[in-house]
Formats: sequence, structure tokens, C-alpha cells
Amino acid sequence: MRRIINYHPSRGGAIVAGTIPIALMLAAYFAASAERLAANPRDKLMPGLSQMWDAAVLMGAKVDLATGQILLWSDTVVSFGRLLASMSVATTIGLVLGVLVGFIPHLRAAFSPILAILSLIPPLAILPILFIVFGLGEVSKVVLIVIGIAPFLVRDVALQVTQIPREQIVKAQTLGASTWHMIVHVVVPQVMPRLLDSLRLSLGAGWLFLISAEAIASDSGLGYRLFLVRRYMAMDIILTYVAWITLLAFITDYGLKRLGAYYYPWANQNQT
Amino acid sequence: MAEIVLEDVWKEYGDTIILERINLTLPDNEFLVIVGPSGAGKSTLLRMLISQEIPTRGRILIDGRPIAPEPMQDRGVVFQRYSVFPHMTVLKNVMAGPQWLASPVFGALFGAARRALQDRAVALLERVGLGHALDKYPAQLSGGMQQRLAIAQALIMEPKVLLLDEPFGALDPGTRKLMHVLVQELWEENAMTIVMVTHDLPEAFFLGTRVVAVDRMRHDPQAPERYGATITRDFSVRPKIVRDSRKQEAMRAAGTLVTFPGTGSSARTDREASLMAAQ
Repeated sequence: MRRIINYHPSRGGAIVAGTIPIALMLAAYFAASAERLAANPRDKLMPGLSQMWDAAVLMGAKVDLATGQILLWSDTVVSFGRLLASMSVATTIGLVLGVLVGFIPHLRAAFSPILAILSLIPPLAILPILFIVFGLGEVSKVVLIVIGIAPFLVRDVALQVTQIPREQIVKAQTLGASTWHMIVHVVVPQVMPRLLDSLRLSLGAGWLFLISAEAIASDSGLGYRLFLVRRYMAMDIILTYVAWITLLAFITDYGLKRLGAYYYPWANQNQT
Repeated sequence: MAEIVLEDVWKEYGDTIILERINLTLPDNEFLVIVGPSGAGKSTLLRMLISQEIPTRGRILIDGRPIAPEPMQDRGVVFQRYSVFPHMTVLKNVMAGPQWLASPVFGALFGAARRALQDRAVALLERVGLGHALDKYPAQLSGGMQQRLAIAQALIMEPKVLLLDEPFGALDPGTRKLMHVLVQELWEENAMTIVMVTHDLPEAFFLGTRVVAVDRMRHDPQAPERYGATITRDFSVRPKIVRDSRKQEAMRAAGTLVTFPGTGSSARTDREASLMAAQ
């Protein structure tokens, strides 16, 4: 009898093992849903497949009479625009500040403490301030996501910069590199793959802040719609939207992963 | 020309004295090897020569002038590990230095200047046996190949002094032997001054023309930090006058006054003789 950690599933076994919990979860839901629908065909709490399909068609293929738009698409465009704008701003801040703070000792001394404090402030707690200062429009939502993510990215990049071996930096100097050269040709290229990974990790937080901001004060977007239809207990629409957001998140995550693998092929080869 | 002089150099961290009273004059075209037990401060000595660390007291001169207080292109370096850029291909690694030096804003050369540099880099990489791996990333190379790359990267700057910090410490014995031959040949071809740190004595006496040992002379059991290490032994393994006369003889024997090949059998017997003498 070996220790349990020494038993490894085969390739096929791993696929089967990975499918079972998903299948069980879906089976449990649809069984319960079918039972509720049998008792009450107008039950809204656990919609079945056909109701969800109807909801998907209603939201994703039919023009809404009030707004003259297909709601799923217009919501997606608005929300994704906000997410993209704020992620771009946060990434830029993370890269520029992170590299400067991580690489230049005097800047590190000056900015590490304030960054540590800023990154501990719960962003949602200052959402009221953002609404007061920036109004209820787009800016406050973008700023919320930026504030939620940028400090993490800055600290992560700075940490990554300090972990570049000292030998490399000394070597670069013996090759005649200035601080500027080292930032552009040694530090930034080595930090970028890690930054993309951190971005993937913070996408979850980005969605969280986006949906929260949209739920609280907005007249468009995926989060707005989710909380709007909640009033009608429209579980079919909510579940459709949740599935759609999950798909979007998966695609963005996968895209960033491929981007990193394409542009930084050296990053996943371990140095011997 | 590169004559290195260390004048009464001390290195202290707070109350702990690492190195004390280091005095050394190293003429041009010597291959100095620094040996000593772990923790004696031989790497600290080398780091001071690179200006990665600054002596607490005393000064270091190259050709009569104090060295810059930060690493500069007059002193090339190869570390045991991590001295190549993992995100650049082999060719880009070697081309990086001259481009940084020549172009303050872009750090890049274009057109004819770039092609000329590329030819130089390729020639140098072929010389160190990496001509077939120009487009590989360092992670795809073996340890020995990475060190060859690091050496080529340093040599393209034509430094006055090449500093080697246990450059072969992580290599297997076979690769080590090949690297010894390569470094010896490069030293003779380029007429450089090399300072190397190692804890491998046969390696030290095989490569060095001069070997110094760094160790603690005095020891206070109550306050071990009060005495630092210093140069305790100084061997001239192959003095310049002997090397020069051997060169002359070899040239006369060959009946020509062109260049000395550098790796003839006389050089080898000389090396072995000095090894035996040292033992």
C-alpha cells in the first residue's frame, strides 16, 4: 500500500475524474429544477434548460422595445469597455510605477510605505467618495477598478523587479548600460510576462468591482442588468448572464495567457 | 595596458571586518587567481574590483587611476550564474553591450553599424563554440554553453580587466576542463588581465600565472568579527619573464617571428612543471 499522494491518475482517468463533479453539479441542479417545475410549471427559482434558452434568445437575439437595442450585446459592449479602459490604466500605472519603485532605491524608500497602505484600503469602502468626487458616470467606475487593482499590480511588479538577480544588473552595467537602458532592455522585458500573469489574476477582482459599481449606480452594463432583473426574480436571465460573464472571463484569461506565451517564449523555460 | 593596484584595502560591514590590509600590485597581462576557504572574503574582494561593493578604506587603481565607484565597461565580469539575460537570444546577448554604449536613447544600432556589430558578435560566438546556437535562449543552453555566452558577452566590450567569480563552479568536470582550455586561449589571444576567484586549487594552478590565498591570519575566539582575512600566500606560478622567454624560444624553434600560437606543447609542459613545483 503506497501513500495516497503517490497514486497518479492516467490521462484518460484525469479527464473522467475532472468531468464527474461538473456532471454531478449539473445533474443535481436540473433534477431539482425538473422536480420544482413538475410541481409548479411557473416556478421562477430554478429554471430549466428551455427557459434559460428562451431567456438567452430574448436577451441576445431580440431587439428590446424600450431601448431599441439587443440588450445582451449592448450590456456587454458597455461593461467590457469599462473593464478594458480600467485594466489598461491599471496596467500602465502598475508597469511604470512598479518598475521605478522596484528599480530605483530612493523611489523605493519614498513610495513603498504609501503603496503598502493604499493597497490595504478596501476599494468598495471608498466608492461613495468616488461617486461624490467623480459623479455617477463612467469615470467613477473606471477609477474604482483602477484603485482596486493598480496598487496590487504596482507592488507585484516592484517585487518582481527586485527579484531580478543582482548579477544581471551588475553585468548590464559592465556592458555600458545606463539606468534607462537597463529599465527598457533588461527590467521591463523580464517583468512583462509576470505582469500578464498578475493581470490574469486580477481580472477576477476587476469583474467584482465592475459589477458592484454597475449594480449600485448605473443605467447600463452587465451588472446593472443582473440587479435590475433581480427585482422580477428572473433567475433564467440571471443564470444566462452569469454563464455569459464566466465565458467572457475565460476568454480574456486564455487570451492573456496566449499573448504571454507568444511574446515571451523564453519565460516558461526554466533556467538551469 | 591594465595594471591593477590595491592600496591597503579594507572591507567592513558595521563592526565585522571582512578583509583587512589588502595590498597587491598586478602587472598587465597576468592571470591572477584568488583562492581561499568559503566565507574568507575572496568574492568580496572581486566585487570590490567590479565596484559592486566599495572598500571601507584604501583604494583600488587601474593604470594609476582610482576605479569608478560603480560597475563600468572597463571591467568585464562573468559570475557563476545569472550573468546572461534570459530574455535575449544568444546573439542579442552579445550584441547588447556595444549597442548600449553607442546609443544612449535607443540602446540600438541600425544599418551598417548594426551589421558590422553582428559580424563581430557572430565571429566571437563562433570562437567560443556557440556559432550554432545564435537564436537560442539561454534557458535552452547547457551550463557550460551559458558560461561561454557570458564570456563572449563580456569580451565584446574589450575590457581592460576580466573578472571571473567562480565561473566554472556549477559545471561538471568534463565541461570544466574544456572551459579551462578556452579561457586560457582567450587570455593569450586577447592579452588581457584576468582576475578569477575559485576554491578549486588544481584549477587555480592550472590557469593562473599568479595565485594568491585569502584567509584570516589572526583569530580572536571571543570576537571573531574583529579580524578580517588578508592575503596570506602569493605564488608566482608562471612569471612573465619565464613566459616571455618561452615565447621567444617557441618562435625561434618555429623559425618565424609571426604570432605565438599560445597553446603549444611548451606552454603545457610549463603549466605542468609549475603545478608540480607548487605541490
